[in-house]
Amino acid sequence: MLLIPCPYCGLRDESEFVYGGPARALPDMDAQTPEAQHSLYRPINPRGPLRELWYHSGGCECWITLTRNTITHEFEDDLS
Amino acid sequence: MGYSALSLMGHAFRGNTQWPTLIAAPDMRTIYDIVIIGGGGHGLATAHYLAKIYGLTNIAVCEAGWIGGGNTARNTTIVRSDYLLNGSFALKHFALKLWEDLTQDLDFNIMYEPRGYIDLAHSDGELEQFELRANAMRLRGADAQILDRSALKARIPLLSLDMDKRFPVSGALFQPAGGVVRHDAVAWGFARKASQAGIHIFQNCPVTGFDISDGVLQGVQTAKGHITCKQALISVAGESSAVAGLAGINLPLNSINVQACVTEPVKPALDAVVNYNVGLSYLSQTAKGEFVLGGATDGYASFARRGSFERIEDVLARAVQMFPFLSRLRLMRHWSGTADITADGNAIVGQTPVSGLMINSGWGYAGFKATPAVGHQLAELLATGILPDLIAPFALDRFALGAEQDDAGIGPYPWLH
Ligand SMILES: Cc1cc2nc3c(=O)[nH]c(=O)nc-3n(C[C@H](O)[C@H](O)[C@H](O)COP(=O)(O)OP(=O)(O)OC[C@H]3O[C@@H](n4cnc5c(N)ncnc54)[C@H](O)[C@@H]3O)c2cc1C
Ligand SMILES: [Zn+2]
Repeated sequence: MLLIPCPYCGLRDESEFVYGGPARALPDMDAQTPEAQHSLYRPINPRGPLRELWYHSGGCECWITLTRNTITHEFEDDLS
Repeated sequence: MGYSALSLMGHAFRGNTQWPTLIAAPDMRTIYDIVIIGGGGHGLATAHYLAKIYGLTNIAVCEAGWIGGGNTARNTTIVRSDYLLNGSFALKHFALKLWEDLTQDLDFNIMYEPRGYIDLAHSDGELEQFELRANAMRLRGADAQILDRSALKARIPLLSLDMDKRFPVSGALFQPAGGVVRHDAVAWGFARKASQAGIHIFQNCPVTGFDISDGVLQGVQTAKGHITCKQALISVAGESSAVAGLAGINLPLNSINVQACVTEPVKPALDAVVNYNVGLSYLSQTAKGEFVLGGATDGYASFARRGSFERIEDVLARAVQMFPFLSRLRLMRHWSGTADITADGNAIVGQTPVSGLMINSGWGYAGFKATPAVGHQLAELLATGILPDLIAPFALDRFALGAEQDDAGIGPYPWLH
């Protein structure tokens, strides 16, 4: 069970959130095909800290970006 | 070396103290024709078919941990081929044919039990979609049936068909040839047979690097020394990104935790595999009487290989909707494995941009059923250099070509597959 540190609501239960995957740069709307493909399929799969998106659907309804360690599940962001 | 009723009795009289080890412990050579990285079911099946069909035995299998310590022996043992897309169906259906004879082929009881796989629909719309899938399966030569509620009651008497539920059951897709296979036996059986044929299997031997020059594979680094080889296969499931990364290959996948659990054993009550489709929860009863349950992934990137209550609660709540009596059983154990899930939810199998280096990954939470077929087809690729039709749809370059194999139509979001 994750306790996710929402910057607006504090530590909240994982079940309140929808996962949005690794945070990535979006391509320009008129980007060339290779760049568009790259941004869709560029793998981001580190063992360790990962910046990722969460949608706090059961709370403030904000998309938030947090850094979590994929081996220990610890969040590196603190709320203070 | 073979097993027989006589050898069983002989060992029983000697108190079962003199069983030989299943696999030999040879010294590592400095040169092999082929190195297989990962001693899971897929890697070991490839080794077996290379020896059996092509007579190739100058092969090393390097396993970082122990045989069958990966997802091969962590899965919920379900085999089936009820897939919509041609490519997904064909490979898994070929696997079902191989499962049928594998016990004889390996001289090792893998306990394939075609009890039937029952996929529950929760609305008329969903049932219609299941008919589409059943028809697609029939057209390609598989047996698939649609069970209405009364047929379902007759087949699975303990299934709750009450209509006052949030998600009542409206019918099911039934594949009679679906069922379970004893997963550890698959790893051990393939390993034993490959070892008997002369293939070298090394446990506690992670691969730590590749020798590549001008885009051509020259060898691999292992914990037990350097190996010169012209060909290698990466088949390491949850570690695929890391190991392929050592060769400079970026795979479009995420590693995500998948959990399973078992209840205490009780008398036989369920002789099929049943899957609940709203949020996913599936179960079967083992020969020992335990109910094995599994469900969706944890949904976020993880290499932790440990369970979390969030998903267990989810899986159990749904299981109790199907079989209310389960609420009175105790949960005995739960565990998890790291599933490698690609951007279209389907496997990546075949050549890589590095000449001589093959990849088998992206099987996520659904690759056990394909084990013998994947091994069979990869053996053909490694032995002949020709890409077999059954694995061609799963090439790595499909993402650049826009030829995704997305059975569920979900899109390029591994964590949603
Ligand atoms: C909980 C759970 C339930 C599942 N249920 C089902 C199911 O019911 N039906 C189904 O079809 N599928 C299921 N699956 C999926 C299935 O288990 C896998 O797709 C399949 O077993 C993968 O086989 P494999 O041989 O590729 O992987 P593994 O058995 O994981 O083998 C890969 C091996 O590579 C080794 N390795 C890693 N790094 C290195 C390295 N650097 N060098 C050398 N070796 C290395 C690992 O130690 C491991 O032993 C489930 C998975 C999980 C986790
Ligand atoms: Zn919030």
